[in-house]
Amino acid sequence: MSKLRIRVDQDKCQGHARCKSLAPELFELDEYGNAHEVGDGTVPAGLEDKAWLAQTNCPEIAIEVTEE
Amino acid sequence: MSDSPSASYLPEHPPVTDWVHDFDHTDPVWTDDPFPIWETLRAASPVVHTERFLGCYMPTTYQAVKEIAYDTEHFSSRRVIVRDVRPEISARAPPITSDPPEHKPAKQVLLPPFTPDAMKRLEPRVRAICNELIDEFIADGHCDAAARYTKHIPVRAIAHMLGIPEKDGDLFIKWIHQILELGIKKEEEMMNGVREMTGYFMAHLEQRKLEPGDDLISQLLRAKGPGGQPLTDEHVLGSLRLLLIAGIDTTWSAIGSSLWHLARTPADRERLIAEPALIPTAIEEFLRAYSPVTMAREVMKETTISGCPVKAGNMVLLSFPAANRDPAMFPDADKVVIDRKENRHAAFGLGIHRCVGSNLARMEMQVAIEEWLKRIPDFRLDPAGKVTWSEGTVRGPRQLPVLFGKNA
Repeated sequence: MSKLRIRVDQDKCQGHARCKSLAPELFELDEYGNAHEVGDGTVPAGLEDKAWLAQTNCPEIAIEVTEE
Repeated sequence: MSDSPSASYLPEHPPVTDWVHDFDHTDPVWTDDPFPIWETLRAASPVVHTERFLGCYMPTTYQAVKEIAYDTEHFSSRRVIVRDVRPEISARAPPITSDPPEHKPAKQVLLPPFTPDAMKRLEPRVRAICNELIDEFIADGHCDAAARYTKHIPVRAIAHMLGIPEKDGDLFIKWIHQILELGIKKEEEMMNGVREMTGYFMAHLEQRKLEPGDDLISQLLRAKGPGGQPLTDEHVLGSLRLLLIAGIDTTWSAIGSSLWHLARTPADRERLIAEPALIPTAIEEFLRAYSPVTMAREVMKETTISGCPVKAGNMVLLSFPAANRDPAMFPDADKVVIDRKENRHAAFGLGIHRCVGSNLARMEMQVAIEEWLKRIPDFRLDPAGKVTWSEGTVRGPRQLPVLFGKNA
């Protein structure tokens, strides 16, 4: 499986926090509850499914997953 | 005839015979079972219109609801409830009734107290509230789960956050009934509710100014608005009004609908007891399938939604519940699939007005269902009782008679 990278679009995120609940290893929330990718967004091996799960449950379609 | 105030209001709205051209979300048929009506409307058009409520549109698809929710230029939030009347806009409730650019700063002061981490700190108290309530009726072998359980959880949780006595919850429930249900058709009921609520909170505001604490009222009084100035009393009162109105019968409804589903679906109950880790996923599905909250917008400028023209001056019934039942967005939209993998439901809205209390509502739902299932793993609807549903803007069971234990 190729390496995945995630990014939260700050213009789209409205703080539903579904990603944090589904993939707590990959996302962190700021003081307003808006989501940011952890670190540079590289998805550690074994967490790929969680990255896709977060992406497909975001109501604002704010999460981009790219394959590198 | 007039022993119940709401019954005496009903004759004002003639029964609906043509849903597509004359819909009415307060019609008893809609209140009882709206899902087939939404299917009919969706099949007719992505946007339908009624002359009732001084003219009102309703988007019927997920796509049309989303277009309106994202379009703050043509659609204002200054009125967020579709009523028979359009009273002067006096009692604002920022940020829910705010449009850009006022919206963002008003919302930002409310967000930090409602993050998932903040909710984790509140969770033990909510778990205790649930168990205190169950203690009161578990020995009876039956209860009205709406009147004895789901109704009291959000009200006590909010009271706890605001630092006001949990026993004042009954007052809150009365005001909410006046504003959200009776107030759709009777302006004076709404105004009475708003006036009493404002007086109550003003007294708490004055007291917090003398003795500040860690509660949410004190936090709002300490918060800085745009320009670094403290929020005005009017702003704080408006936001408290919002928390109360938006935070109580909504979650009461969401917990109630979840229990209603579980009472009728033993297989889902058994699976959640065997796999408690699935409960958060199931909660998202209950939120999708039984979304309690329908919002409203006011059309400010003529535009087109999903190809349908909409005219200024009309209201819009922004039905997130109908969007969440759209089969173009959700496969098997009419089925409750408690392990649904992809679920971009819009129960908490879409765009800038995402419910500020969504993390609170989710935590309350999860804890309420977990604690109930731990103590009352088997229950069913009481065949001798009747389930009734609230009318209007927020949908959930208001009577939910259940029997405990396995079927005899």
